[in-house]
Amino acid sequence: MTSQLTSPPPFIARESFIEMTARERARALLDKGSFRELAGPFDHHTSPWLPLQGIVCQADDGVVIARGTIDGEPAVVAAIESAFQGGSIGEVAGSKIAAALELALRDCENGHPVRPLIVFETGGVRLQEANLGLAVIAEIQSAIVALRQHVPVVGIVAGMVGCFGGMSLAAALCSRLIMTRQGRLGMNGPEVIEQEAGVDELDASDRRLVWQLIGGAQRVATGFADALVDDDASAIATAVHSAFARGVPSAHRSQQVDAYLARLAQIDPQSVTPESMRTVLRACADDGSTAETQS
Amino acid sequence: MEHLTFDYAAQRVVKARAHVGVVGSGDLEVLLSPHDAMGARVIVNTSVDGYAHIWKSVLDRFFTRYDGAAVIEINDFGATPGVVALRLAEAIETAEATEAAAPTPPCTAQPQGGAQ
Repeated sequence: MTSQLTSPPPFIARESFIEMTARERARALLDKGSFRELAGPFDHHTSPWLPLQGIVCQADDGVVIARGTIDGEPAVVAAIESAFQGGSIGEVAGSKIAAALELALRDCENGHPVRPLIVFETGGVRLQEANLGLAVIAEIQSAIVALRQHVPVVGIVAGMVGCFGGMSLAAALCSRLIMTRQGRLGMNGPEVIEQEAGVDELDASDRRLVWQLIGGAQRVATGFADALVDDDASAIATAVHSAFARGVPSAHRSQQVDAYLARLAQIDPQSVTPESMRTVLRACADDGSTAETQS
Repeated sequence: MEHLTFDYAAQRVVKARAHVGVVGSGDLEVLLSPHDAMGARVIVNTSVDGYAHIWKSVLDRFFTRYDGAAVIEINDFGATPGVVALRLAEAIETAEATEAAAPTPPCTAQPQGGAQ
């Protein structure tokens, strides 16, 4: 993977991260041989709510938690499996993420820093588990906020599901976000916006427009994400290393409320375009960290 | 959703476990683990009702070649018989690779797929 002696064409040299399952992703992000899964499929922590609604469970409830090392430092990865129920966060799935982050927080407070990494691939709360899913997403969010005082909390939105709903807020709370061009990040998905506000508001079938609004390139250009990386497992792992190496930001995005409100006030909803969004919002991505693009 | 259970005879002890697949559209998850008794038991949870006879045919065929004393749990989300057979073969391959690599029982799930 690293040696380029014969330099094969890029699409052969690459190892697609998007095509990996959550477990393969977690394994690819941790140092080779360090992957150790916690609360795995053989522990059978399944959703108690899905069978009541006639839906088959997955043995890990769609979330893989793994300990290991990143760049030699202790780390914990929470990776969401998008193929199971759209990566939706139910009570068990969300509790696994929240507990992993809370245990990392306890280690940090005891002087043993743990690098927390979340691989977002989710439509948000699992509708079949409603309020229980929402409650646990709140737990994830408060764990991120507590943890990011000690270590950078790094998130990845690789695609193709993207990251939506309450989990998009969790992603926004992360210290640093890594995205691919294929990844999307937004509160409401395009189909939901079209359904609720009409096709005049947003044509969800217009893929170019959708990605111009919420795609990885736009999110990095407007400072809502930090690094734009190719869909390649080793490129993403490298971006993760550098995200952790840069340490805790002096100010997280979610702490810059006044700056963002001031920028929002400059935006005219009637005439806003993806380009004007970039002009207005680019300046907000400060704290000395300019967005990085790796391609 | 339907729950089905099947029992088959076994000839040898299984020492490793394996986890393959996801409960995604047209796919299934297989959890294979050693059975205490000298027999094989298959537990199927499937989203599609009324196909018990097809499951029996697929498993009958599988067990003409497999003789391990394993508990095989299947969480199925509408996989076709061909996909079921491939996932079962993948689970066996993964378990046997683990068994060959480490004689002692492993403590983690195995990687999925065979991206060679």
